[in-house]
Amino acid sequence: MAIKPIDHAAELSKAGAGVESRLGKAWFLAKSYPLGAVGLFLFLGLLFTGIFADVLAPMDPVKTNADTSLQGPGGQHMLGADMMGRDLLSRIIHGARISLAVGLGSTILGCSFGVIIGLASGYLLGWFDLITQRIIDIMQALPLLVMALVMAASLGPSLENTVIAISIPLVPHVARVIRSNTLSLREMPFVEAAKAIGMSETRIAVKHVLPNTLAPLIVLATAQLGAAILTEASLSFLGLGIPEPHPSWGRMLSESAAEYVRTAPWLVIFPGIAISLAVFGANLLGDAVRDILDPRQRS
Amino acid sequence: MVAYIVRRTLLMAVTLIGMSIIIFALLRLVPGNIADILFDSAGFVDPAEKAALEDELGLSDPIPLQYWHWISGLLQGDLGFSYVSELPAIDEIAPRIPITAKLAALALFFSVLFGLPLGVISAVKQNTPLDYFLRVISLSGLSLPSFWLALLILMAFVTWFGTIPIYTDPPDNLWDELLLYSIPAAAVGFRSSALIMRLTRSSMLEVLRQDYIRTAKAKGASDRSVNYGHALGNAVLPVVTIIGIEAAFLIGGLIVTETVFNIPGIARFLVEAIQWRDYPIVQNLVMFIGVIVVLTNFLVDLLYVSLDPRIKYE
Repeated sequence: MAIKPIDHAAELSKAGAGVESRLGKAWFLAKSYPLGAVGLFLFLGLLFTGIFADVLAPMDPVKTNADTSLQGPGGQHMLGADMMGRDLLSRIIHGARISLAVGLGSTILGCSFGVIIGLASGYLLGWFDLITQRIIDIMQALPLLVMALVMAASLGPSLENTVIAISIPLVPHVARVIRSNTLSLREMPFVEAAKAIGMSETRIAVKHVLPNTLAPLIVLATAQLGAAILTEASLSFLGLGIPEPHPSWGRMLSESAAEYVRTAPWLVIFPGIAISLAVFGANLLGDAVRDILDPRQRS
Repeated sequence: MVAYIVRRTLLMAVTLIGMSIIIFALLRLVPGNIADILFDSAGFVDPAEKAALEDELGLSDPIPLQYWHWISGLLQGDLGFSYVSELPAIDEIAPRIPITAKLAALALFFSVLFGLPLGVISAVKQNTPLDYFLRVISLSGLSLPSFWLALLILMAFVTWFGTIPIYTDPPDNLWDELLLYSIPAAAVGFRSSALIMRLTRSSMLEVLRQDYIRTAKAKGASDRSVNYGHALGNAVLPVVTIIGIEAAFLIGGLIVTETVFNIPGIARFLVEAIQWRDYPIVQNLVMFIGVIVVLTNFLVDLLYVSLDPRIKYE
């Protein structure tokens, strides 16, 4: 068997040598993680649509019109109109804002509380840790959607309550990861060094341990984003999430969706595509972020 | 081993007691009970009548006492009465359990049937177009909302057959039943199979990197023998543990799927009970789901010991 000579130049460029400019680095990352690049593209699309919904939407998403009730796609309404004659395209564009608000809002809220609890639990140990661990066990035994359902129902339907309802099941998840990270970090020599020069425990926890949990936190947060968007859609679909007249994608599919399957399929197809693309993008992005930041878990 | 089982059982009891307190508190922390809902919809409110209803339902008792009534009843097999139908909660819940159980079992069957082999193929063909294709499929499985998938299936049935496979009457025979359940089960199972596939793939890749695999290859074992004879057995082990996670995952999917397909199981019943604030039903159902998840995880841990001789619980 002939030995293949090593092409040094090709190997080097494959490993990313000589990539200097910022744009070059971005292009290199995109080439290394093509699926992640697609995810980032979809996520930025969602972000753009959500922020500029007012400019992008051709019509008022909540303005009803009896004349165009259940009008099919084409003509005046590009994607058709719903039961109340509202323009579906405009509603989907504005729905991006709701999805984004709930997705990002609940992820950020859930992660913040999760980090505080996880850090305190892993750093203080003792009875505090014991009790939080038990509570986390209990909360994790309930499926995310069941937990969110009970929370949403007891808080009542509104945008803020939906964010809270979805963020709470995320808390134990984040807290557990941050705690186990904190446990291993507190044994590190740099923590010992900080102690040796007389730094206070709180300062060590915040200044030295916390920044080191950032990578797993980002991995977790991006992974949870898709789940949060999906849970919002499910809650709204079941009528326990975002109330009318807010154009939530899940809500658009709710109630009479089984009826629309026969009479107005566009009302089922387009909002579903919007949800799927948003969640798909978030999941792709989450996978790539995990591969980049946490090589041990690389798939 | 016996000591381990005893300890785990005690821990389970603590978890379940804690869960019952959390569920109970969550449902009562916020204003608005069934009396409010009924009287709000009636428009006219006679405070005396409302107070009488609250008394009758035990809603005016102090909250710790209400909790005690629930738990002591639960331990004696008395789940209270549904506020809405006024039937014993057990009579409302029990007949719905087999329906959801069958659906869940079928969905789990589908998810393992597709998820496991495809995950192995994806790992063995790592970074080939086939692997990329399978990974995109599995990720889209996790991204499609199960209710939307269910609606698309209904749509396909309308287009091709002109009817929708929606639950109307209880099925007559086993074959009809299987046919009726297999469609919603596939909708739920697709999502779960995506999860299994991802885990199988990463677990298989992990195993394929190990020394004994390299040794086998060095000794000239064929690819087939290495992949399926040496690697697969060890790669499947961690996948078993996720059946516990899967139980929680499936229930989430069942909630929306039962709603779309109009299946009278416990998952759809939970949503209805939540909408009506039918506390006895909600708290018992959520508790039931919790018990199932906790028990599944316990059984999976025990199963793991018998499958993997390297693991011993002390």
